[in-house]
Amino acid sequence: MKLDSKIPEGKLEEKWRNYQIKSQLINPANKKKLNVIVVGSGLSGAGAAATLAELGYDVQCFCYQDSARRAHSVAAQGGINAAKNYQHDGDSVWRMFYDTLKGGDFRSREANTYRLAELSAPLIDHYVQQGVPFAREYGGVLVNRSFGGVQVQRTFYARGQTGQQLLLAAYSQLYKMIHAKKVTMFPRSEMLDLVVINGKAKGIIVRDLVTGELKRYAADAVVLATGGYSRVFRLSTLAIGCNGSAIWKAHKKGAYFAAPSFTQIHPTALPQSSEAQSKLTLMSESLRNDGRIWVPKKQEDTRKANDIPEEERDYYLERRYPSFGNLAPRDIASRAAKERIDAGHGVGRLKNAVYLDFKDAIAKFGLETIKDRYGNLFTMYKKITGIDAYKEPMQISPAAHFSMGGLWVDYELMTTIPGLYAVGECNFSDHGANRLGANSLLQASIDGYFVLPNTINNYLASALKEEHPTTDHPEFEKAEKEVKTSIDAILKINGTKTVDHFHRELGKVMWQECAMSRNKKGLEKAIEDIQILRDDFWNDVRVTGSGDELNTELEKALRLADFIELAILMCTDALERDESCGAHFREEFQTEDGEAVRKDEDYSYVSAWEYDNGNFKLHKEELEFEFVKPSVRSYK
Amino acid sequence: MQVTFKIWRQEGPNDKGTIRDYLVDGLSEDMSFLEALDHLNELLVLKNEKVIAYEYDCREGICGQCGVFINGRAHGPHDNITTCQLHMRSFNDGDTIVVEPWRTASFPVIKDLIVDRSAFDRIIEQGAYITAKTGTAPEANAILIPKEVSDNAMDAAACIGCGACVATCKNSSAALFTAAKINHLNRLPQGKAEEHKRVKEMTYQMEIEGFGSCTFTGACEVECPEGISITNIAELNARLTKANFLG
Repeated sequence: MKLDSKIPEGKLEEKWRNYQIKSQLINPANKKKLNVIVVGSGLSGAGAAATLAELGYDVQCFCYQDSARRAHSVAAQGGINAAKNYQHDGDSVWRMFYDTLKGGDFRSREANTYRLAELSAPLIDHYVQQGVPFAREYGGVLVNRSFGGVQVQRTFYARGQTGQQLLLAAYSQLYKMIHAKKVTMFPRSEMLDLVVINGKAKGIIVRDLVTGELKRYAADAVVLATGGYSRVFRLSTLAIGCNGSAIWKAHKKGAYFAAPSFTQIHPTALPQSSEAQSKLTLMSESLRNDGRIWVPKKQEDTRKANDIPEEERDYYLERRYPSFGNLAPRDIASRAAKERIDAGHGVGRLKNAVYLDFKDAIAKFGLETIKDRYGNLFTMYKKITGIDAYKEPMQISPAAHFSMGGLWVDYELMTTIPGLYAVGECNFSDHGANRLGANSLLQASIDGYFVLPNTINNYLASALKEEHPTTDHPEFEKAEKEVKTSIDAILKINGTKTVDHFHRELGKVMWQECAMSRNKKGLEKAIEDIQILRDDFWNDVRVTGSGDELNTELEKALRLADFIELAILMCTDALERDESCGAHFREEFQTEDGEAVRKDEDYSYVSAWEYDNGNFKLHKEELEFEFVKPSVRSYK
Repeated sequence: MQVTFKIWRQEGPNDKGTIRDYLVDGLSEDMSFLEALDHLNELLVLKNEKVIAYEYDCREGICGQCGVFINGRAHGPHDNITTCQLHMRSFNDGDTIVVEPWRTASFPVIKDLIVDRSAFDRIIEQGAYITAKTGTAPEANAILIPKEVSDNAMDAAACIGCGACVATCKNSSAALFTAAKINHLNRLPQGKAEEHKRVKEMTYQMEIEGFGSCTFTGACEVECPEGISITNIAELNARLTKANFLG
């Protein structure tokens, strides 16, 4: 199948408008005859569900948590970017587009990235209207700060809880439409399969997490808004329940999976402290506005941070990347930290961290200003570590974070299965090989509020002419039976090892071989190891309890089974790409001073993988740069 | 370290439920409280027993999904944190730790330590929003909001919806939760158009969900992970009186 990205005609700045002019419309009387399933209730899911319902569609929204308000968008701390140019510092839609495209190392589509920047300003208007208490000046106007990879101030924020405030706005808008009886909400419900009828997405199979009952839901279109899959590394900044099952099931039903190996390692999380650890807590990138990152110049230095004199500190980001300094993009900052830690300069009990120091900022701006800017982050740091970071530097470490990769989507956010859409982090669209800070809340929101509601009609207009699907169709029967078979199979194994045991093993392999730095030999070995792990899992895992009850162990097992398969695809993708770009750093392709070597002549494409009975077939969507010439990405 | 957990086990909403003892060894002070329960669950699996059901998601104190009573206190021995932020270094080797679900009629137990907090969603549904459709917004800086006003709104908006305020209240009152949401929106100019309707309908829903009345003991603000002040409840009462006269 030839991948058609459906990029509209015209100049870059006119493409989205041209698309909207030509897109099909559906009259209000007909919209209510059409129903749409939205899986996930984060920024993209809740935004899409609420907006589609406002437009008149009949919407069903599903989430695995007890309430839509828990979705992991809630945890984003630092902010959301928008090209408002409120700071009068030379920002524009073009500059934001260019920063994002360059930040992604020229591995995303120009038209998508431009649209993201173009719609960012109206999105801030939208959230202000919905009552988000963004930070403001005394005179009442909105405040901005900087994030990594840019030289202007375009990030809007609500203390260190921006994601929470945006999600609560989306959740409130969703509940407004639930109250209006235009959305039906299904919490504690997990999608376990996609139903495809005559090549089109027509419904889902869901497990009721309280009763264990399998249920069928039919729809004219299905929207996946299920977030990222970095829990494949087990230790990550993601919520424990975050999983890749919905997109993996869709992949196995025919949706191509794009750039699976593009996963972001965030430079500023709290370091791992024990084997039993379940989660790495993120400390917002916004801290790098004022915090300076350093390690001791001496290897294995055992002195306390405050006892190390200034001349014996290595501010390695400022040294290596003088024009961006501590605000170098995430992939670069993470790799630089790994390089120092591996070279024996790591700090902390397990020597796996670097310092993030506010001493100079406090001296310059005063304690009160720093408290006002980051107070809740310092409080959170103290709650978790017991350390007062106003008095000594924070210890931070790289951690698995965001998935740039995801289901391949075209300009309309439709996957390769007609009628199946993917929005937010679960798709591959705008970020290329590396996402810039504060672009995640942005992309999730833009997809859900602004893009999908303008593109889904183009498909649904034709669905009007078709018969409405019903859940007694044999494809529903078949999908439900497959789900039941795999649940029964897992419960029957009754082996000797726990689900968490296998997840720890998978995490170790993936962190070692498919995270910040990758090489051919390691990836080949990882694929073999994971295949062995998969067989071992299906022979020796033990899940107690039954499928007909609330069973958290079974939920974990089903998610892990999919993660194991996804991990193989991630390694396959990383192995195929013989270049270094963005977060994908292949050791074989680097300069003498350790910078990435991109190979545009061979790899200027998006890899899109087709599932074929356990094997993966590569398709390429060539990236055409019509308006920007890809350059060597330098932050020096 | 080694501790004895005394944990509430209840098969389902209609089961009577009981406290069961679990002696757990091999814990470390660096573990979070929930990681200690994870460890216990792995041991239970290896003993062929059903795992203990408890809730969590983000494990960084913001999603609000976790929350249990630990030694008689909501979210454990410290003020203003979530259960997931509690670490085993807060306990001593050999301690006995009693773990129970939130206990209030409005949050019925689903299983073990998991309760149904959907009553909160239904309060939100009655008006915790600005009635404006996507696509109708004016330019953001056209609405000037002084820093103090925005900061005050943010103080209230920080609520994570965990339910500790209700669970710790002797009256099972949801006044702090409801007040926080109403004050967030009503303090802002965007929320003014619907302010009276919002107050009346959300407080009415709070009552029909069976939450008790507030007698201003202040127990809630001690446990609130976001430290939301009970002055919010006083403000709510003033708003309600005003709404009843004017709205």
